[in-house]
Amino acid sequence: MSATFKPNTVYVIYIAATPEQVWQALTDPAFTKQYFGGFAIDVEPRQGGAFFLRYPDGRVHMSGRVVEWSPPRRFSCTWLVEGMPEFRELPECLVTYDIEPAGGAVKLTMTEAHSWDVLDDILAGGRQGWPAILSGLKSVLETGKSLEIKMEPPQGMVEAVRRAVAEKPWKRST
Amino acid sequence: MSDPNKSSFVYVTYIRTTPQKLWDALTRPEFNRQFWYQAWQDCEWKAGASWRLMLADGRVADSGQVLEIDPPRRFVLAWRNEFRPELHEEGTARMTCLLEPQDDMVKLTITHEIDRPKSKFIEAVSSGWPIILASLKSLLETGRALEVTGRPKDK
Repeated sequence: MSATFKPNTVYVIYIAATPEQVWQALTDPAFTKQYFGGFAIDVEPRQGGAFFLRYPDGRVHMSGRVVEWSPPRRFSCTWLVEGMPEFRELPECLVTYDIEPAGGAVKLTMTEAHSWDVLDDILAGGRQGWPAILSGLKSVLETGKSLEIKMEPPQGMVEAVRRAVAEKPWKRST
Repeated sequence: MSDPNKSSFVYVTYIRTTPQKLWDALTRPEFNRQFWYQAWQDCEWKAGASWRLMLADGRVADSGQVLEIDPPRRFVLAWRNEFRPELHEEGTARMTCLLEPQDDMVKLTITHEIDRPKSKFIEAVSSGWPIILASLKSLLETGRALEVTGRPKDK
């Protein structure tokens, strides 16, 4: 990876669990299916390994590479949206989960980073999605029951992605 | 989106509860103390009422006023820090608390903003809110707040 990734979205949540339980919830498909929009994670547990989020029928929604696999502290991988045609041509982003003990609980920090000047209208997708996904993860670990949060892509997001794919601003010299 | 003359922090969480239960937890001292490091709000919760965030040791952490209130959906506070001089001198911020029911949940959005760039106050509340709101979610969903927020904060 030669690109430099700049963090654009950070979401922090605290969970009454152990770091190992949070690690498992992030990396085990039996858990991700419950809180991550029904997607099953499929990850090779090593640096450089392949990473996918799959639809229930096995199709790929998201693909990438493991950048860091350090259980139970840090899990980082690149993300490319494959399941939606407009999104497939965007540069991959970098998603990092940091897990830290915090006074009997766990502090989970999600950082979404990009290698180009992403428009706010595109970042809006993650800014809307992460609170729902990670609130669900917390509920699964603390209560055994996830949240059924319905949402549509934010207004203007798909349009902004189409525009970016047409103009390819990441190819401009920086 | 990003006005260069303002600083803001937005935090969203989803809680399996009802708007009324969430409203009570947000506004009543006996609930506040459990998820807010024993701090509690001294307020009559009506428009124009004075508002104070009281620390466990009796000090006033922040003070202000209820600017708008519409139970159990929304309230807006004028909010000024009272115990850290560098934050106090930044003046008065605005905090909006929005409760939106969605099926068996409530989407809670906290927006804290101030009319100045690169605010230290907003930086401070940005690191403070996530654990308080996570603890509030635990309290409402499991009956138990996060242990660490049940006692006064260190320092």
